[in-house]
Amino acid sequence: MTLLYSVLILIMLISGIAALVFDKLLNSIIAAGFVSLMASALFYFLKAPDVAMTEAAIGAGLTTAIFVITLRKTEGSESE
Amino acid sequence: MRFRNILALVLVVILGFFILQAFNISPEEGQLVIDEFGEAEIENRTAKLYINKSVNSSNQKVVYAESKNLESGSANMVTSVIANYRSLDTLGEVTVLFLAATGLGAVLYSNKKKERNFIVDEGSLILKTGIKILFPLLILAGAYIFIHGHLTPGGGFQGGAVIATAFLLKFLADREYELAEHKLKIVEVIAGISFVGLGLYGLYTDGSFLSNFLETGTIGTLFSAGIIPLIYVSIGLKVGAELTSIISNLIEA
Repeated sequence: MTLLYSVLILIMLISGIAALVFDKLLNSIIAAGFVSLMASALFYFLKAPDVAMTEAAIGAGLTTAIFVITLRKTEGSESE
Repeated sequence: MRFRNILALVLVVILGFFILQAFNISPEEGQLVIDEFGEAEIENRTAKLYINKSVNSSNQKVVYAESKNLESGSANMVTSVIANYRSLDTLGEVTVLFLAATGLGAVLYSNKKKERNFIVDEGSLILKTGIKILFPLLILAGAYIFIHGHLTPGGGFQGGAVIATAFLLKFLADREYELAEHKLKIVEVIAGISFVGLGLYGLYTDGSFLSNFLETGTIGTLFSAGIIPLIYVSIGLKVGAELTSIISNLIEA
């Protein structure tokens, strides 16, 4: 079980750093959403299914979507 | 106008006076006894009391689908804390979300309807057909999550977020899809009023805000846990309507 936790945390760390490093903002948003997805899997294995559901629905789903929508809107107005 | 301002000021001062009084706990009443390490009786620890749902009464073992008329009859321990013992905090969370949605609406409001430039291409056939099938199922899953919040993991916030995700997918698939904003507002207002109304009724009957005034029934059945399912249905509808209005505001901005 410790191995599973370690792998999940490692993936979270890597995608967190990737979100900082990526040049394109869209890639960063996807990487940040991936951190949330892995965090929700980690919460599930740590026996906190309530928090896992919240993290998956809001952190990985809605927040990513809202960021992508906002990015599209702001980029569109800048290029004009 | 001047009279209304003064009236509002007086009301705020009176409310502030009552709120300040709540902080005034005399040390004789609120004395806290902390046992030394290793000396404390584990039976009386708070977590154990929450698990056995007997914070006020004597501590007894709880058997699933057998124990009756517990203090808080929800099988999900997290729910019994969120929607019963600490439901005032939940009311605060719902209020914060309401303020966030209102603020976003105020910032993004515009009189003229702009065309949506979010979706560059028309959604493909696979996306459209898939979402046509998924949309009712997602709504059903969200409703299930918040109606069964006292039995299974999940609750009002999770169910509301799932419902909002369903509407997000609908927006992505259909460029022409429009929501009737005022209907969302009506759902939100009714849900919020019923949450506060349940709390006020508890204040009227039991003497404490949001107290569980219904019978809690057998633990583990759908019609159990008193007002917790009612509170979770109202939270689920409110959160779903708020998050959906946030998404539709962002897409239509």
